[in-house]
Parts: sequence; structure tokens; C-alpha cells
Amino acid sequence: MSIPSDLKYTKSHEWVKSEADGTVSIGITHHAQELLGDMVFVELPQVGDTFTQKQECAVAESVKAAADVYSPISGEVVEINTPLVDNPENINQDAFGAWLFKLKPSNPAELDGLLDAAGYQEVLDNEDH
Amino acid sequence: MLIFEHARPGRRNYSQAPTTTASVDGIPDHLLRKKQPLLPEVSEMDTVRHYTRLSQKNFSIDTEFYPLGSCTMKYNPRACNSLAMLPQNLARHPLAPEDTGQGFLACMYDLQEILKNITGMAGVSLTPMAGAQGELIGVMMIRAYHESRGDFARTEIIVPDAAHGTNPATAVMCGFKVVEIATDKEGNVDLDALKAAVGPQTAGLMLTNPSTLGVFEENVTEMSRVVHQAGGLLYYDGANLNAVLGKVKPGDMGFDVIHINLHKTFSTPHGGGGPGSAPVGVAKRLLPFLPVPFVTQEDGKYRWVNEKERPQSIGRLSAHMGNAGVLLRAYIYVRLLGKDGMHRIAEFATLNANYLMAELKKAGFEIAYPTRRASHEFIVTLKDIKDKTGITAMNLAKRLLDKGFHAPTTYFPMLVPECLLIEPAETESKQTLDAFVTAMKEILTEIKEQPDMVKNAPHTMPLRKLDDVKAARELDLCWKPDA
Repeated sequence: MSIPSDLKYTKSHEWVKSEADGTVSIGITHHAQELLGDMVFVELPQVGDTFTQKQECAVAESVKAAADVYSPISGEVVEINTPLVDNPENINQDAFGAWLFKLKPSNPAELDGLLDAAGYQEVLDNEDH
Repeated sequence: MLIFEHARPGRRNYSQAPTTTASVDGIPDHLLRKKQPLLPEVSEMDTVRHYTRLSQKNFSIDTEFYPLGSCTMKYNPRACNSLAMLPQNLARHPLAPEDTGQGFLACMYDLQEILKNITGMAGVSLTPMAGAQGELIGVMMIRAYHESRGDFARTEIIVPDAAHGTNPATAVMCGFKVVEIATDKEGNVDLDALKAAVGPQTAGLMLTNPSTLGVFEENVTEMSRVVHQAGGLLYYDGANLNAVLGKVKPGDMGFDVIHINLHKTFSTPHGGGGPGSAPVGVAKRLLPFLPVPFVTQEDGKYRWVNEKERPQSIGRLSAHMGNAGVLLRAYIYVRLLGKDGMHRIAEFATLNANYLMAELKKAGFEIAYPTRRASHEFIVTLKDIKDKTGITAMNLAKRLLDKGFHAPTTYFPMLVPECLLIEPAETESKQTLDAFVTAMKEILTEIKEQPDMVKNAPHTMPLRKLDDVKAARELDLCWKPDA
């Protein structure tokens, strides 16, 4: 699975997509869903929640483990992907399409500090034993 | 088949029926049951057959090698059970006067003393009734200690990322902020990260040693020096005590407080969901905070110590004192073994793990920490196999069932991808270990030659592969009659 070059990434395996309206979509990467295995639940934040960078913002639970999702940047939640709650397997089928929520960034400069596709690939290479 | 499905209206099981009538007065009318409870109406013989069949389906340590080890259920000698179940133990009332319970109190006093000796601690309280409760009490004592000195600035507990998940949970329950520190490539806590993390805000460090990675923390005395120098205390999670029992004392490593899982190491099954027992041990400076009650001895007489005598105690965890049955089993176990026996447990638990690790490595399995000597357990990773063949640790675990072995722990610790955590425990013979290695070798060959055989396992169990996604998402635990 290739890593989309139009997204930004975190070391903790979240992806960030800049939308045309100035908001960003946030999800977990293909690698993250592969480590977790079959997803059984997602717990999304609520519209209006505000997060600071690296704060816990959602939970992804699989048959193997429950993993916290960390907000890649600071901002306010403007939309959540409600259908995902009933179909968490969408994350397994299309991790880079199954966004969890959208944030209105409070400090857009934080986006520049995130990893690009090559930087994230390097993180994955270093993770392998 | 559920026992309810054997039921037919009017069938009775008279051996289970009450032989006396009882009446209780004074219960408010609205709390009284108006309808009969929904109990299965089954004959005695159908009941016997139902539970006997269930027991035959049980893939248990009484029938198969069970490489979950002391973590879940090592073999618990029958003698501990039968002695703990003597009528004078079973019939003893927890509120019986001390005068009539001197035998039981003597056992508890001796157990406290023996656990002090094994752990190198100055005091022990037997009252916590589960590992999580023992942990909670341990961290509460750390907080009480700092507060008693007027030091309210210590708000952080440091937990290595290889810790049991209960450690950070405990710290949060006690109101602390958790600071996670990383593990290095060799499986040790990153000492530089620890040095950078400690300060006047550090209340303590929680450590499992040997760690969940199955290796002994090599820098433990240096870690203890760093944390103590910063004014913090050290907490020892006794989950893996089996590996060092009687050989190394946590007190000598510098720990200030410890909980011991009697339901792992000391002859009580852990996997059954309880009851558990997790005595806490403390170094001298934490003695005033120990939970009550515990047993003391004066002029040859044993008695309970209560909160009146211990004004700084963090208090009581329950109305009485812990799970007496589990404590008795542990007492009998340590008395049967003696000091030498306990040394042999640590030695054989470690020898068995290292023998298995060496043989599996020879057979071609990848060991997660190949340069390290195993403690009582070790980790095999199937990451390479999964990348090449798609066969996962879970597939291999299920295939082991077909070959007559219980699966080892899978996917824990989470630091190692596609892992099997294998703990043979001290009670297994070389023949059993060799048979396990043979089965693992066979599966390795199958992965190459008949991968579907492994992918679709198990083949010989009463139930085949389960839909664990459905089971998690549509959890259904209550039987209801057909409408």
C-alpha cells in the first residue's frame, strides 16, 4: 500500500488532509489499521470539542486492542463522520478514505511541522524490527 | 448447548432443592420478587451430563500444555486446594473472635512474614483482593507518603511503555499524570529518557521486572538511584515474580512498594476471573500507611491490627480481610515448597523458557530480543512470516490447538508486532517442551507447504474459527426464552 503524497502524517499514525474550505480531515493510516486488525468500534469526538496538538481525541478499537487517536494539530471539531460508528470496518477497507472528524485549525502553522509521505515512510521503516 | 435448552417445564432436580425453609422478615414489599426467577428446569442427570460435557470441552491445564504460564494459570498443586478446604477453614466466620481463630491468624501471620522475606520488604498487608486493587493501594500509599511530608508538588508517575496496561490506569485513578518513557532496542528502559523525565514533580516510577518483554531490567539499580535522587518512590508490579522468586528481592533492587499476585505465582488460578489476592509489601518509610487489618503477634497470641492503632493507614479495602481462601492456598504452597523449593521454581521457570527459546530459534522462528536471556517468558514475532505469507500469530495460535497445545498469549505486549508471548512455567517436563517444539516445527512446514491448513485452523475443535468481530460488536450474553 503506497502512502498518499497529498496528506500529512504523525509518528502516532494519524493522517491529515487539508480541505478546500480551510478545515482538515483526520484519520488513521493504513499501517495503523493493519496493526490493529479488524475494527469493532470507533469513538468519535463531538462537534464543538477543542483539542490541542497531541491531545487524545478519539478511540479506535479492534478485536486485538483499543488505541487512542491523538489530534495531529490544535483546533475545533466542526464535523464528525457519523456513519463510521456503525461501519468501523470502513477503516480496514479504506483507511485513507475513512476520515474520523474535521478540525478547524487554531494554529495552521502546526501543519508545517507534520510529516510528509516520505517522512512517514521513514517512521515505518524504523519501526520494523 | 446451554443448560436452558435442556429444560422442560416441571422437571426437578431434588438434590439441589433446599432442605429447610427459611423466612426473612422486614423486607419492603416493593423489593420482593413477584414472579418466579427464570431458572432452568432440568433433571439431576441432565445437569450432571451437561456440566461433565462442558468440562470435557475445556482446553485446560489439567489436560494440555498451557504456555500462558504464571501470567494466567500455572499448575496449582491439588494439596493447596484440599488443605485450604478443610472444614475448619471453610466454616470459619470472618467475624469469629480472635480467641477461636488462632490457627487461621497464625497462618496469616506466617504468610505475612514469608512474603516479607521473599520480597525484602519491611511490612506486608494481605488485604487487597485483586492485582488492580493491590496496585491502587500501592500508589495510594506513595501519595500518602508525599502528602504526609507536606510535599504536594509531586503530580507525575513515570511508567515505561512496556508496562502492564493496569499501571498507567492505576496512576490515573490515583489522580496522577502519567509520563511514559520508551524502551530501547534491547528491551531495557531508556535510561536517558528516565533521567530527563524525573524532577520535583515525580511521585514515583512503576516497573514490572522482569518486564512484559520477558527480560530482566539490567539497569534497575541505576534506575532506582535516579528516581530516589529526584525524591520519587519505586513501585514494583509483582506480575512476573515467578521468574525471580526467592532469587532476587525487589527490596534489594531498591523498590519501596510492591504488590504480589498470589493468583499468579502462589497456587490460585488467575484465568478464572477470580477471586484474586494481591498482598502489598512496603519498605520502612511506608509502614505507617499500610492498609488494615493485618495480623500481629504478642506473647504467643495473634490478633488483628486495626485503624485505631494505625492513624496514618490508608484504611480498609473491605469489611474483612482479603480473600481468606486464596491466602490459605498461598500459605500452604509456600510451606510445602520451603525456601529451596522457591529457588527451584525461579530456576526451572527460567531454564524451561530459555530451553524453549533456544529450540524455537533453531527451528527457524524469529525471537524478538535475540541477544537477551529470557526470564520466565520470551517473545516470538511472526512479522516476517506475515509479510511474506499473510499468516498471522493468531493463525498459528489456532493451529496449535489442533496439535493439542493451548495457544500462548498473542498480540501482547503491543510493542512487538505479530507476537507470541510464551511462558512454559516451571512444572513442565522436557518431554512436554520437546513435543511443543515439534508441533511448532510442523506448523512452520505447513506455512510453507499447506498455508491454508494454518489459515483456516482450528480444524479439530468443537467450534471452528469464530467470528470475533461479530462477537465484539453484537455481544449477547443473556439467554432469553423463545417468545
